[in-house]
Amino acid sequence: MATTDWTHQRLEQLRQTRVWRSIFRRGPARTNRTRSLAVFGNFALHTLPVKVREKSLSVRATYYLGSISFFLFVVLTITGVLLMFYYHPAVPDAYRDMKDLIYVVSNGVFLRNLHRLAAHAMVVAVFWHMFHVFYRGGYKPPHEFNWVIGVGLLMVTLFLSYTGYLLPWDQLAFWAITVGTNIISYVPVLGRPIRFLLLGGHIIGQNALLRFYVLHCVILPLAAVGLIGMHFWRIQKDGGITVRDDHE
Amino acid sequence: MSEKNTFEVGLSSDAVKHPRRIVFITRKTSAKVKEEVGPQLMSFPHVILRETIAFQFLAIVLVVLALFWDAPLEQLANPLLTPNPAKAPWYFLGLQELLHYFPPLVAGVLLPTLVVLALVVIPYFDINIEGEPLWGHRSSRRMKIYLGVFAVLFVLLALYDAWTVLVPTVLVGVFGLVPYFLPTSESRFLKFLGSQPLPWWVMTWFIAVALTLTAVGTFFRGPGWSWVWPWS
Repeated sequence: MATTDWTHQRLEQLRQTRVWRSIFRRGPARTNRTRSLAVFGNFALHTLPVKVREKSLSVRATYYLGSISFFLFVVLTITGVLLMFYYHPAVPDAYRDMKDLIYVVSNGVFLRNLHRLAAHAMVVAVFWHMFHVFYRGGYKPPHEFNWVIGVGLLMVTLFLSYTGYLLPWDQLAFWAITVGTNIISYVPVLGRPIRFLLLGGHIIGQNALLRFYVLHCVILPLAAVGLIGMHFWRIQKDGGITVRDDHE
Repeated sequence: MSEKNTFEVGLSSDAVKHPRRIVFITRKTSAKVKEEVGPQLMSFPHVILRETIAFQFLAIVLVVLALFWDAPLEQLANPLLTPNPAKAPWYFLGLQELLHYFPPLVAGVLLPTLVVLALVVIPYFDINIEGEPLWGHRSSRRMKIYLGVFAVLFVLLALYDAWTVLVPTVLVGVFGLVPYFLPTSESRFLKFLGSQPLPWWVMTWFIAVALTLTAVGTFFRGPGWSWVWPWS
């Protein structure tokens, strides 16, 4: 108990310092006013509403699927950046880097496993989130446009996962992307030009790997961050998530 | 000094003499009609705490799985060596399964485009926003349409031998009929089915087909896209 008191006192002292107070201008979040300030005065939290309905916090209301999708995106960003340190988007260096991750890099296998698992889990979580929102009627006015943003996020998620699939440059990656990009060429008129643009050529080779790499690591994550920001912000602006009466 | 006011300002409180229309609310037609807000909680700390717990739970599950479930790595990519079957990532295997039955323009382009369009327009289709049960209203006329659509789908899918689409379609279609014939059933499951509106049935049908196709494409398809058992 004594140590808890000691820690508590040190923490209080820290809160009184000039540096701390320059970062967190409000005092300790003990009143509803300072708790409000804790949310809308904080860059990371300001997309959250200050207050939420108690019902909307029950597990069955959301299963936290939206949050879980976002957390998976965070995990993917962190593990993805770490993987970028060990990866060259070139043929056949990319494949050699995979071997290095397995045999040379400390915890390389774990890092790659985590990234792959989180990616598959994110596809599942985003789909599940969408179906759950549909069954709960969360798309109804005034939430129409946020549903549309959500469909956009689903597309970005699928495309992120798909572009990442090519990067190991093994047989699995190569032929999965071959099957997928062949489908694009069936689009009337525009099919072949789109495929050419995506692959940077007529075959899946060095250019395609580089394009998929840039899409996977720069363009699509930026698109995702923008859409996620809008998605969260709109929840607040549209008056919070839909809660149903029949839910206790 | 100005002149004395020659008029009087005031609100009549006699609603019978001077009725004033404020707003009409006909049933609960819109989420904009404010219902009881109910008890509220401050986001800080209540939401933050719950989200943190959710994140920790997720992190633990992910780490444990990542420790034991290794990501696959096959041989170096070789454009000259085509594996049989060559499979797309699992979330596109439903599409690949469709490609097995239908012409590529239909299965690869038309159907996915329609699905995405349908998802986008869902909230703008105002019909049935109250969630009226499928068989709640003019049920005999609806039954004719229902059976008509069902028959067209059945013939079309049978014509293309697309039986991995046909089976979930028939299943959901039959479940949709049950509450029509047993409207007074006491079973909780049938009561639940009977209270579902048309959009619920369409989405459930879509999910049933998508899940079946993905599962079949992932586990039950072998060389030449022939049927194989995952355990053999």
